[in-house]
Amino acid sequence: MPEFVRQLVRSRRGRHERAAVWVLRELVRGAIKENPTFVLVLGLCPTLAVTVSVVNGFWMAVAATGVLISSNVIISGLRKFIPKEIRIPCFVIVIAGFVTITEMLMKAYLSDQINNALGIFIPLIVVNCIIFGRAEAYAYSHTVAESLVDGVGTGFGFMMALMLISGVRELTGSGTILGLKVWPSYRPAYIMVMAPGAFLVIGLFLGMFRALGARVAARRAVVSYEAPVTSKDAKAEG
Amino acid sequence: MPVAMTYTMGIGSFFTIMLSMVLVSNFVLSRFLGLCPFIGVTKRTDSAVGMGMAVTFVMTLASSVTWVVYHYVLLPQSESGFNVFAGIIGSDTSLVSVLKTVSYILVIATLVQLVELVMRKTVPALYQALGIYLPLITTNCAVLGVALLNTTDTPEVLTFWAATIQGFFGGVGFMVVMILMSGVRERLEVMPVPEAMKGVPIAFICTALMALAFTGFGGVIG
Repeated sequence: MPEFVRQLVRSRRGRHERAAVWVLRELVRGAIKENPTFVLVLGLCPTLAVTVSVVNGFWMAVAATGVLISSNVIISGLRKFIPKEIRIPCFVIVIAGFVTITEMLMKAYLSDQINNALGIFIPLIVVNCIIFGRAEAYAYSHTVAESLVDGVGTGFGFMMALMLISGVRELTGSGTILGLKVWPSYRPAYIMVMAPGAFLVIGLFLGMFRALGARVAARRAVVSYEAPVTSKDAKAEG
Repeated sequence: MPVAMTYTMGIGSFFTIMLSMVLVSNFVLSRFLGLCPFIGVTKRTDSAVGMGMAVTFVMTLASSVTWVVYHYVLLPQSESGFNVFAGIIGSDTSLVSVLKTVSYILVIATLVQLVELVMRKTVPALYQALGIYLPLITTNCAVLGVALLNTTDTPEVLTFWAATIQGFFGGVGFMVVMILMSGVRERLEVMPVPEAMKGVPIAFICTALMALAFTGFGGVIG
């Protein structure tokens, strides 16, 4: 967790500050600690299929986040009325409804080029494990406000993952970022925008995130071990 | 009849569909569908085979049933002018665009329940082996994906048999890749892989190499 968030948590704070801290924490959790793509390895099909360019990745993330937030809110709102035995079919109907709305909105307001690029992966949000996972593990047992913030945090993490992957793929595969040429003499490696490039990039990113996670954990273990013997400041840090 | 169900398919197009679904545009390696079971159930070969067979079965059934739903329920209603929000927003609010996703996912969920019931009664050993992965077929994007691909009507409207065969060979292609991958991963268990790359990351790197090999099939059908 960044230092400023830690300070905010520790400081005496009012209602608004507390809400801000909460949202920040959720964003950090969604983006780093429980990143849906790099740490939990969920919802990979759209992640790999549409990340040929940053624009496609962005709209995919917007669509999925929209469905995630709205379904989280509705499911948590209805959690007292949905019997435990048939909760999965109920989740499916709620999510499918929002996916249909999203699909129609995107067809109406976005260019044909983007719609063709995303193709069947917009209706396929219906079977996205991230959304199911949050509905089952979080929204069904938490309040509406909590589920809303959880949806924002998880959606932010998904957006970040898509931006990273599509950024790397577009830069190496087409030599552009957002359609702009980065350096003229570069000859793009076409394989990176094809299927093998997607698998290669996600494999390397997963390895990188795991290595970073192990490093952070090791450093934390050292800090907490040394805390009692150094000074009062170190104790407060730990 | 809107589309001739009695249309007899040429042996040529049969082979075209087979090659295209298994090798050229494989569901996992070139369309990115069904990646969750591909990574989750390929640690051992026998469970990969079981999962592949279950998915093939459900995909074949789902393809034919959703084809019937599309051509005999959704399309005729849309053509006869049934319009859910007629006059409120735009014109493209026909039954197809409103109910396609919802009806397909319901059909598939029901089919999976059926397969689960039948499998528990007839092949309990396989049911034990697949365990929690069977309900996951509902959220397998390959199954919903094949249903959607069969009914997008581009580049051409598929016949009932073409759709069914496409579903079947899509499943076969999925199973082939699952088996190949489980073989690779069983070998990877004893390889000196860097600590951070063990398990899923190195599996993806191997998938990349496999996908690279499969792009070579691109020229098989013109």
